[in-house]
Amino acid sequence: MNVHPVLRALALAAAFALALPAGAKTLRWSSQGDILTMDPHAQNEGLNNAISDLVYEPLVTRGRDMAIEPCLATAWQAAGPKAMRFTLRQGVRFHDGTPFTADDAVFSIQRALAPTSNFSPYLEGVIGARKVDNRTIEIVTSGPNPVLLSQLTEVRMMSRAWSVKHGVQKPQDFKNKEETFAARNANGTGPYVLKTREADVKTVFAANPSWWGKNEGNVDEVVYRPIKQDGTRLAALLSGEVDFVLDPPPQDIARLKKDPKVQVVEGNENRTVFFGFDQWRDELLYSSVKGKNPFRDRRVREAFQLAVDVQALRTQVMRGLSIPTAVMFAPQVDGYDKSLDVPVKADRAKARKLLADAGYPKGFEVTLDCPNNRYINDEKLCQAVAAMLAQVDVTVRLNAMPRALYFPKIQKYDTSFYMLGWGVPTFDSLYALQSLLHTVGAGGDGNFNLGKYSNPKVDAAIDALKTETDPARRHALAHEALKLHQADVGHLPLHHQVIPWAMRAGMKVVHRADNRLVARWVQMP
Amino acid sequence: MIAFVIRRLLQGVVVMLVVGFIAFSLFNFVGDPVALMLPPEATQADRQAMRESLGLDRPFMVQFATFVGHAVQGNFGISLRLGRPVSALLAERLPATLELAIVAAALALLVGIPMGVYTGLKRNAWFSRFLLTASLIGVSLPTFLIGIFLILIFAVWLGWLPSFGRGDTVMVGPWSTGLLTASGLKALILPSITLGLFQLTLIMRLVRAEMLEVLRTDYIKFARARGLTNRAIHFGHALRNTLVPVITITGLQLGAIIAFAIITETVFQWPGMGLLFIQAVQFADIPVMAAYLCLIGFIFVVINLAVDLLYYFVDPRLRIDRAQAGGH
Repeated sequence: MNVHPVLRALALAAAFALALPAGAKTLRWSSQGDILTMDPHAQNEGLNNAISDLVYEPLVTRGRDMAIEPCLATAWQAAGPKAMRFTLRQGVRFHDGTPFTADDAVFSIQRALAPTSNFSPYLEGVIGARKVDNRTIEIVTSGPNPVLLSQLTEVRMMSRAWSVKHGVQKPQDFKNKEETFAARNANGTGPYVLKTREADVKTVFAANPSWWGKNEGNVDEVVYRPIKQDGTRLAALLSGEVDFVLDPPPQDIARLKKDPKVQVVEGNENRTVFFGFDQWRDELLYSSVKGKNPFRDRRVREAFQLAVDVQALRTQVMRGLSIPTAVMFAPQVDGYDKSLDVPVKADRAKARKLLADAGYPKGFEVTLDCPNNRYINDEKLCQAVAAMLAQVDVTVRLNAMPRALYFPKIQKYDTSFYMLGWGVPTFDSLYALQSLLHTVGAGGDGNFNLGKYSNPKVDAAIDALKTETDPARRHALAHEALKLHQADVGHLPLHHQVIPWAMRAGMKVVHRADNRLVARWVQMP
Repeated sequence: MIAFVIRRLLQGVVVMLVVGFIAFSLFNFVGDPVALMLPPEATQADRQAMRESLGLDRPFMVQFATFVGHAVQGNFGISLRLGRPVSALLAERLPATLELAIVAAALALLVGIPMGVYTGLKRNAWFSRFLLTASLIGVSLPTFLIGIFLILIFAVWLGWLPSFGRGDTVMVGPWSTGLLTASGLKALILPSITLGLFQLTLIMRLVRAEMLEVLRTDYIKFARARGLTNRAIHFGHALRNTLVPVITITGLQLGAIIAFAIITETVFQWPGMGLLFIQAVQFADIPVMAAYLCLIGFIFVVINLAVDLLYYFVDPRLRIDRAQAGGH
């Protein structure tokens, strides 16, 4: 087309003006990074999943209170110990108008199981899916799977015909040197339709007029624009260019709360920050102690715990935005036990005595590895903890580094003392217990147990939890594992993170524990 | 003459190879992209398979040689972060950066030259002193601070201009331009001032110094003796002779403007190559970083080559020197 660009711009502007009826509300929101892809099975990352949720839907989903609710499946029941049968919702159509069928559901589950999928953790224990009839499918598991429904909330449904037509039967793969069609295009069943996507600039969604569900908010258009710089992102919020900021910098929260144009909503995130100790080497890698490993002595670990004042960290470093803890996962997780979550009171005198008893009356020197761009105030927390440990004569050399360097290092067990924050996307204790407390082994066992903590009794409880389906028994097993771990001082828990969201005054949002903004629940003023 | 050009080109190639090599070696220290591409739950075997498929397990020199071989053909591989060909990504971002850089350079020239002339002619006027003092601020304040101040004043307090982004853009062929829409033009103002301020003060001070120098020369005195108007003397004779070094400096500074747009682009979330680069660094997106550094190196090499060739044509002494020295 040879239209003059100015004319085209004017025509475009006019089209936009016409497309938005009076009263249409646009939600413009921002956070520091852009999503990586629109492919719902390619990137298991918080923001990416939140944006996928606009367009794509899973079989079952989570409600405002995080309880499991029907979505594309209306009912489900066990079909023997190794299968679960799902009845699919009828009358659901993809954005391209084609109906959602059992074939699509089976296809999507197989696709999420593909080697290039990033979502295999959510299909742990799932072997595959098969069609029973046009409105029923069966998901086949290797054994009883008590957390299958929680897992399926993150497995989103795609159209088989659309995927075949565009050659995206497999999730985006970095080996394949081409961009796949599904990375920048989307065809789901969800409440919003992808309109345009410019990576790192702007992604626009419009409400899906033929969505099967009821949009409980009043947002007709969602515009996501990443803004990298903290200052610029807040300026955009203060000047009214964006309505919502997912990740306002903690140091600005107090100031934002004073601004009448802006409100801050705080919510507890399902993520727990803790320190881990190397408990397997005979000699620590980065320490003044030679010939032995002080962290293998329970008394030393307890001394560290007593020296670290988690309440002071809350007030001094986190400015009140944290919940000090003594356990390894947050209250929202199934298996959480209030009776165990009693933060340890700091006691320096006792810490000194324990260190002296263990043979370190003059303390020792150790290196703390710490990320500096992963958790809220991560580096500042490490600095504060180093100062606290200095008061019991333990000299901490702080080694803070960006996440791209940090995680590969600690995942190679190349650390003596490290920080980690663990979120539980399945909202079930098994995910945390298996990854963090189980002895390092096959599958997911101990895959983030980076200090190689090991207690056979804890392992036994976790192994039993893997197949136990009775809720009361599950709770008891989780309690047992946590209690044993606590007695061992296997890790040093600090707090559950509290996440503040900043937004235009008058907006109503639901602050979910997985730090996800759900547009269909948003009420704009 | 041809020997001179060939020698210059060969030097350019060497420079490019060195830039590529340094860039590539640096990337061994920015982190492991595999850790970011796979979920934390991935097994060691998954990681190893990914590493092999990306060629990250091969020896460094082999990786570098492959990289150079492909780069010569304009193929910088696929972005690990966005999963798209790097050349396509850069081509998409280039218009944003070039528009910003050219507007910033134009601003620096169009404001810097008159200011330089004024301060050169009216050395003792209070306004001249004010401009000179103010220009010190422009030279000494870091770019990101200027950007944040401008955002605070014009976007947050006054609400006149957007605080981030490029506004609406229009496609003219493959080129996305923000120059044809009102919001695009508005969005250009703050970033181009931020980016051009340093160059503006530099040009102003350069023009002022050159003007003072030229105004002392005999031919200006002669022009005055001829009774020419001040206007003819200042602009027709003095300014014209100050412009040669100004144009040279501006040419060289254009490369710097494009390269240093990184900071301005980050502050204003300007979707150009600099922002792409910064995001690539955080993700350890090696192909994008390598391509960006090579492109910037290439721009500098081309500009330097052009300037050298211009000198060669403009300044006859250079040609004689070279002939006598036998091409040292």
